[in-house]
Amino acid sequence: MEKQFEEKLEGEVRIEPRDWMPEAYRRTLVRQISQHAHSEIVGMLPEGAWITRAPTLKRKAILLAKVQDEAGHGLYLYAAAETLGVSRATLVADLLAGKAKYSSIFNYPTLSWADIGAIGWLVDGAAIMNQVMLCRTSYGPYARAMVRICKEESFHQRQGFESLLVLSRGSAEQRTMCQDAINRWWWPSLMMFGPRDSESTHSDQSMKWKIKRMSNDELRQRFVDMIAEQVKVLGMSLPDPDLRWNEERGHYDFGEIDWDEFWKVVKGDGPCNRERLETRREAHTEGAWVREAALAHARKKAARPADAA
Amino acid sequence: MIPRHLPPMEARHEYLLHLADNALVLGHRNSEWCGHGPELEQDIALTNLSLDLLGQARLLYQHAANGIGEGATEDTLAFLRDASDYRNLILLELPRGDWGLTILRQYLFSEFSLLQYQALQGSTDTQLAAIAAKAIPEVTYHRRWARDWVVRLGDGTEESHTRMESALATLQPHLGELFSPADFERTVTERGIGIDPSTLRSEWTLRVRQTLDEADLAVDLSSLATPSNHTGMDGKLGRHTEDLVRLLAEMQTLQRTYPGNEW
Ligand SMILES: [Fe+2]
Ligand SMILES: [Fe+2]
Repeated sequence: MEKQFEEKLEGEVRIEPRDWMPEAYRRTLVRQISQHAHSEIVGMLPEGAWITRAPTLKRKAILLAKVQDEAGHGLYLYAAAETLGVSRATLVADLLAGKAKYSSIFNYPTLSWADIGAIGWLVDGAAIMNQVMLCRTSYGPYARAMVRICKEESFHQRQGFESLLVLSRGSAEQRTMCQDAINRWWWPSLMMFGPRDSESTHSDQSMKWKIKRMSNDELRQRFVDMIAEQVKVLGMSLPDPDLRWNEERGHYDFGEIDWDEFWKVVKGDGPCNRERLETRREAHTEGAWVREAALAHARKKAARPADAA
Repeated sequence: MIPRHLPPMEARHEYLLHLADNALVLGHRNSEWCGHGPELEQDIALTNLSLDLLGQARLLYQHAANGIGEGATEDTLAFLRDASDYRNLILLELPRGDWGLTILRQYLFSEFSLLQYQALQGSTDTQLAAIAAKAIPEVTYHRRWARDWVVRLGDGTEESHTRMESALATLQPHLGELFSPADFERTVTERGIGIDPSTLRSEWTLRVRQTLDEADLAVDLSSLATPSNHTGMDGKLGRHTEDLVRLLAEMQTLQRTYPGNEW
């Protein structure tokens, strides 16, 4: 069976839920897909905080729809994880208990309206780099979820950029707001690609299993190359004095990430870690009576066949 | 100079703003749930409703802005009017409360809104008639979704039943306002543009009573309080609660802090 599995990987045939797979492959996928799902859900919070304060009705509609999309991404991903034999309830319980991880980027605060544009442009932009690669991941349900998600993410990125473009051409205050948001979100976005390849614990095996198809550093470089060009259109700058085009490499060189900060936030000491989890817990606890009532009603209904008519 | 649109204004415009404010304010309250719903599916469903309501509000504001002229836009109307200029129902500005209150309010209003839009399809204001026609399928869905939840929560557990009873007690005093016509409503009704909401009351009562029976919730719908000058509250006249003042302070913050900017 192991041979069949290897052959499928070799021949770029997707692994499907009913196929045999090594236990470690399954575990890795559960961890990665559920982390990804949690990130979508926790990621609703920093942006959601600006729905009631969006500056125009059009921006409000765009933001509402975007945050709703992220909830949808969470749903697809939990469903993909469930094909591996673990329930959404268990995964959510792990998140709320602080046992599961989610993307550290969502532990940073949204301090101004420009953050909404910066998140769309940089955070969704960084997510896309990863997700485009994952459209070709070896596990079928995960790859298919990614194809749906990618379409929406690139839309989010364009909208984010467009929203910053308006600010960048606006009043002095708006331009300041725009630059400040870029300054604050730039480094955390680079951190989204994870530790350096030399320090990434799961990377090697994931590449062999074709769960990942590109390394953290490769993806990060792609992202830097893309954003370094786009920021020129905004007439803004990236907060990195070492950023410059390297003719020889055909890539942008960039400065060193603050890895102390990276690990601090990963380990739970970011500016908003506590608050984000607390908010999720609160929603879950306050929603308990609703979920119980729905269940109780469904049971009663099933026990009263006449109602079904 | 940024236009502010203060009453007195033409009854037709005031009516359009009344309808738009209703949709915007309820949509705002529902949107506060985004990311905080009891379950992912419900979070998404309620956000759909928020988006629909926001969409209705925008069409109505745009239509009103065209009529008002003088540089009015959907955004000047939404962001640069004070609470005393808002014409929405008090029912819709009350804080979102728990999920039960949110659902029940949505249901009670959707049932009303559906009847209202159905009648407005025949408006002599053809643009308003078109907006109503577009809104009907949306509101039909809102009504059905909220109705299912009212029944589910009324019937579910002892706790959910108690919560729904208390939500009903909170909302009941604000139901009379739905059916008591403001002067601008009388005027637009005479001109065939709008409808007198009191004519919707018996059908609304019939439908709501049926739902509440199914949900095992008891309420007196026969004697509804009318907005009174004594309590000082009458949303259609711009006499609102502090809740709306706070809601607008939050919603309008950027437009008020940085007047005249593009976003
Ligand atoms: Fe997403
Ligand atoms: Fe996104």
